[in-house]
Amino acid sequence: MQKTEQVQYNRAGQKIVSPEYLLFEAPRTKHFMTGSEVVKEAVKRSSVDASVSYPITPQSEAAHMIGELWVEGYVGVYFRGESEFGVMSEIAGCAMAGARTITTTSGPGTLRAMENFPMWAGSRLPIQLVLMARGINSPLSIQPDNLEVSFLLDTGCMIWHAETAQELFDMIIAGFVVAEQPDVHVPIITVIDGFFISHTREAVMLPPDDIALPPYNPYKAPMPPIDMEMSPGRFLRDPYVMKSNYISYATHTSWQFEVRAAIERSRPYAKHLLRGLIEEFGDPEGEIVFVASGTAAAQAKEATQILIHEEGIKARVVRLKTLRPFPTQELIQAVQGAKYIFVPEFNVVGWLEREVRRALYGHVDIPVIGSPRVAGGMTMPPEFIVKEILQFLGKEVKHVV
Amino acid sequence: MKRRRINVRMPAIGGQGAVTAAHIIATAADHAGYHAVSNPFFGAEKRMAPAESYVRIGIEPIYDRGEVVYPDVIMVFHSQVITMGKSYTMPFYSGIKKDGLIIINAEEDLLTERDKEFLESMNVKVFNFSATKFAIDIAGTELATNMAMIGAFFGITQIAGMDSIEEGIKARFLKKFVASGGTMSLDSAIERKFKKKLELIEKNINTAKAAFELANQWAKEQGIEPWLPKPQEVAAV
Repeated sequence: MQKTEQVQYNRAGQKIVSPEYLLFEAPRTKHFMTGSEVVKEAVKRSSVDASVSYPITPQSEAAHMIGELWVEGYVGVYFRGESEFGVMSEIAGCAMAGARTITTTSGPGTLRAMENFPMWAGSRLPIQLVLMARGINSPLSIQPDNLEVSFLLDTGCMIWHAETAQELFDMIIAGFVVAEQPDVHVPIITVIDGFFISHTREAVMLPPDDIALPPYNPYKAPMPPIDMEMSPGRFLRDPYVMKSNYISYATHTSWQFEVRAAIERSRPYAKHLLRGLIEEFGDPEGEIVFVASGTAAAQAKEATQILIHEEGIKARVVRLKTLRPFPTQELIQAVQGAKYIFVPEFNVVGWLEREVRRALYGHVDIPVIGSPRVAGGMTMPPEFIVKEILQFLGKEVKHVV
Repeated sequence: MKRRRINVRMPAIGGQGAVTAAHIIATAADHAGYHAVSNPFFGAEKRMAPAESYVRIGIEPIYDRGEVVYPDVIMVFHSQVITMGKSYTMPFYSGIKKDGLIIINAEEDLLTERDKEFLESMNVKVFNFSATKFAIDIAGTELATNMAMIGAFFGITQIAGMDSIEEGIKARFLKKFVASGGTMSLDSAIERKFKKKLELIEKNINTAKAAFELANQWAKEQGIEPWLPKPQEVAAV
């Protein structure tokens, strides 16, 4: 019998394809663009229903360009909120109504909106936030620094950290798919280091723009859209968790565990669509191992090449693509054989160092060194990382003039 | 001396188009078959205040991002970078690598004896020419200064020809491209001045070409070889 193929189209007239086809199989062509422009390209292919924006450097251009997509008919609803708090609340309303949603923010905007992130997670809203990290005040900095990621780690949202514009493109599309799985259904925060990705122009491979993700099906949500007054949530009216009794304590506790368990359940989906939760780079025998994410990993890769080719030092990078879920088992496996673990970071507190120590404690006995670390917008030249390693090993530094 | 990577720092004054120049250089290098990445300085720029942008070009994938602290090439877009210290780094050549290159847009020689002594000790070559004069003479506006700087860069480093430069300029002005709100308004100002976009592109290309030829001639006199192996040579190895 002849099989009839059903072709479906979204509101923009794009052909609906499977996430696997869009991410892995569709032919790609090379474009030369910034990370901000890449956000537009990813949203364009994601059948997005609603987006709310508020300008703050360095994410303003990405937010602006999602607005252009609304003008062009690719995004259903788009408006500007009155502040980041307004944006994150309004986008939650859109998601509760059953919309696929995306928004963007940076630095202080993230903290202004902070109350909403655990609310999103507890309400099981698969909202996507593209965070172009810029650091937080005071003193004022608009430059890249990813301290705000530290505050987001325990909000109950999934957090992925992209290294390049290319990875940001792929992560935005995959992010919707993973976040909307019925057994996951929590928010996804796709992080990039602001400016290093948003304002940097590089080659990106893109699938055609006449294909897009299947639309979000809110009826597969673990809690029905709009009607959130059913157990166990009852978020909108008379929530019993606000009463002081043992049932409310137990409900609240179990729900918090459930949100975190949902993040854990995202592992196989993320692993599939991101092709693994970590990436290994450099000499597999490397004794010096950099554990890093985002731009810190990019800088470590460059330093690794200098160490290997010019200093004869065996080095490698273990790059973490996801922070929530944290790739604990993958990391324990990957650092085997290391003599020293360095964790380079673009923030003053060393949140990744803390995470790495916690994951490795009791599993491997390798010194973890939270260095090099820069903050406040400073760049981290590979030469600087190399110098740090050479000094640590007691070798001569001849790179930097 | 053949390299594997060229890191370029471009100190300029806000409004001169250094960010655009970086993007065009990267696009042209990409067209020529190299890996290329460009980015502006990460901050708030304004007219006549320091502005800076960066390009990295190589024969291998480029991971490195952010400000170029240790450049192979420094392109000084405005004399005030040197005379008034309108630069994020002092002196403007701090971090320059051995055997490097400095291209300066100035009518006169602005370097002190001390500067020259240091640069000679690092075997850094200095190409001093008035890019702004090229822009006024050929394009009829100093706004094309960045085009002359682009031409000079490729004329000396010889890593891409005029075909790639033309491609970079066309990609910048023919496609819709949003760098920032300020750049958008600057674009419309330029467009009004030139009336027609194609005319603008042609004038830009001519300015780049004239500077390319002058700089290429200078490079040959200096015995400068192409700075990177050709991409096809890399593929063969």
